[in-house]
Amino acid sequence: MITVSPAPHDHSNVSVSKLMFGVIIALIPTFIVSVIFFGVGVLIITLISMLSCVAFEYLIQRFILKKEPSISDGSAMVTGLLLALCLPANIPVWLVILGSLVAIGVAKMSFGGLGNNPFNPALVGRVFLFVSFPVQMSTYPEPLQNWFTYTDATTGATPLGLMKEGIKNGDSIPDLMNNIPSYIDLFIGKMGGSAGEIAAFALIIGLIYLLARKIITFHIPVSIILTVTIFTGILWWSDPTKYANPLFHLLTGGLLLGAIFMATDYVTSPMTIAGMWIYGIGIGIITILIRIFGAYPEGVQFAILIMNAFVPLINKYIKPARFGERPENE
Amino acid sequence: MLKTFNKGGIHPAENKITAGKPISTLPVPPIAIIPVLQHIGTPANPLVKKGDKVKTGQMIASGEGFIAANIHSSVTGTVTRVDKLTDASGYKRTAIEIETSSDEWMNDIDLNPGLVTDVSLSIPEIMVRTWDQGIVGMGGATFPTHVKMVFPRGIKAECLIINGAECEPYVTADHRLMLEKGEEIMIGISIVKSAIGIEKAIIGIENNKPDGIENLQRISSRFPGITVQGLKVKYPQGSEKHLIKSLTGRAVPSGGLPIDVGIVVFNIGTMFAVYEAVQKNKPLIERTVTVTGKSLKNPSNFRVRIGTPVSELIKAAGGLPDHASKIIAGGPMMGKALNTLDVPVTKGMSGLLVLDDIESKRKPVQNCIRCTRCVTVCPMGIEPYLIMSMVEKEKCEFLDDCHINDCMECGSCSYICPANRPLLDYIRLGKARLKKRKQQK
Repeated sequence: MITVSPAPHDHSNVSVSKLMFGVIIALIPTFIVSVIFFGVGVLIITLISMLSCVAFEYLIQRFILKKEPSISDGSAMVTGLLLALCLPANIPVWLVILGSLVAIGVAKMSFGGLGNNPFNPALVGRVFLFVSFPVQMSTYPEPLQNWFTYTDATTGATPLGLMKEGIKNGDSIPDLMNNIPSYIDLFIGKMGGSAGEIAAFALIIGLIYLLARKIITFHIPVSIILTVTIFTGILWWSDPTKYANPLFHLLTGGLLLGAIFMATDYVTSPMTIAGMWIYGIGIGIITILIRIFGAYPEGVQFAILIMNAFVPLINKYIKPARFGERPENE
Repeated sequence: MLKTFNKGGIHPAENKITAGKPISTLPVPPIAIIPVLQHIGTPANPLVKKGDKVKTGQMIASGEGFIAANIHSSVTGTVTRVDKLTDASGYKRTAIEIETSSDEWMNDIDLNPGLVTDVSLSIPEIMVRTWDQGIVGMGGATFPTHVKMVFPRGIKAECLIINGAECEPYVTADHRLMLEKGEEIMIGISIVKSAIGIEKAIIGIENNKPDGIENLQRISSRFPGITVQGLKVKYPQGSEKHLIKSLTGRAVPSGGLPIDVGIVVFNIGTMFAVYEAVQKNKPLIERTVTVTGKSLKNPSNFRVRIGTPVSELIKAAGGLPDHASKIIAGGPMMGKALNTLDVPVTKGMSGLLVLDDIESKRKPVQNCIRCTRCVTVCPMGIEPYLIMSMVEKEKCEFLDDCHINDCMECGSCSYICPANRPLLDYIRLGKARLKKRKQQK
């Protein structure tokens, strides 16, 4: 029998599931470091989060939308993993399940499933938990002390939390830096924080992997990191006793996790390179505005969601340069 | 230094499995089916009827109008019918079917295999020859060659570009010509150069044909004004606009023609045809076709008579393999899938590709994940994902704003899409709907 179809008759070997599993592989170093620092809690919340995200996607597609479930594309697993990695490792199981339901059910499936959601599902899940359960979402387990404890872990503050609290009390930055882990500790992840946000080096390994496999381009992470560096650099240069230096801002909080894994979500980021720069610069500026001038110690989650909302507008006005748009004769 | 274009492009598996196979001449087919429309423009007018005896090289249909081409018999025999027959497009179109008896060429064709170096014809005579002998572009678009050699009043071309990119995977017809007919190609280029009064000619060749580049470079030293330039291997390097951009830095404006930036482009195979037409007085009745596919027993480059049924070519390449599923006229990126093997080889058919059932299956379509790959690879800088969703939602009024007609249908978007979305299918559909909409107004 002869097959007849229009050209092209060849296809690249890139597929949605390969891209999604590529993201999961890129998160493995971060996951391992997280388990080393926070122990069994990370294993529990990751397992629960990934399982419940996949289960909710399957159930909603099967019984509510009544269509063929597409869990094999791996996107629900990525959402589950990312959600777990942006939660504190001591968060109770029922909150993880609730967060997964909001991420998959509200942020993703109610808009039509993969590809149609305006906001990053994992971040919506996290922000929902963050505003609804502020206590559970802002007590972080101490690193290296809670290998076999879960919800009963000993807790402490994050460096950004210490910074915010100190500034409120009128302390100067050089004094505050004495109470904050050294830059080496910040780099390897020996600090309080969400499960996956602590280890800068592991996240950077993930970034290198994503870039090498051409899963993402450098534009979004680099634009965010550059913007944060320049913005905090100007503030720090203007008054080093009032503002922390750029390195501190880069290594703390969810900045790298957000810049590398959350902001680069295909569905919720712009379609053109120029659009990506605008988006990344916007995320960088909003993050620092919230961190330094806002009420919360950390702003990445809100910055990304706010810029997600601008993506349709960016896509409407920032178009790729067409071939031969202007005669460019020499 | 290799040159290329900067916007978009992909690198599909090259699969040039016939690159080392010299061109072999296929025997004259028992029947030849010669469509009267083998070019862009108006169909030629048949000059023969059923029962007429024709000789090889005899004109059997005459071009009507300016954008048209003459059609010649490629065999000697008797016309058995002049009827609507299926061609490679899948449509039934007027064609002349000839039953072959022998191979008796017209007397005025020079059959001496020797090289004719000196050009004895004047410029108007050259022009008349290319028209008389039915020369059209051999790269696939089959635009009549004489049309490109005449410019509107007041416009002057500065540079001649010869397209030897052959960026379609699998196809090696031009590659073999470069290696085996280098002198003839160079003489052909010199003829065209003098006919249209251009000093400078550049031959652009993708770097996956280093022996082709080397051979032509060696020969070009004897031909002043002709240079050979290597190009980076990137699809669609052989697109006219992208070839010009790569070699000269000039961008043909949207909706414009190469002459708008002072360039004329011909395919390298066309130059060989011009040589034969002008120097040997031979009409365009033969061409090189790459018959290929991973499962074929004997993939080859054949010199075949125009009108030879595709089934003869497959037979010569070892027959249709067991799991053959798709037979494509052309390459895998822009070629047309055939629905029957009875269609004939035409002037623009550079390759015949056989894919097995696994290679020819399309994968299930998933939701667009907005990964930006289609936008990134689009060599025209348009947004395939957006056009597809506009067409799906039947919002044809926005298609002009999406510059849908800039699309040259290279297929890079469909090739790259990780969700296996048929982007190009929808762009074609959108173009058709937009055209209909404009006609209704």
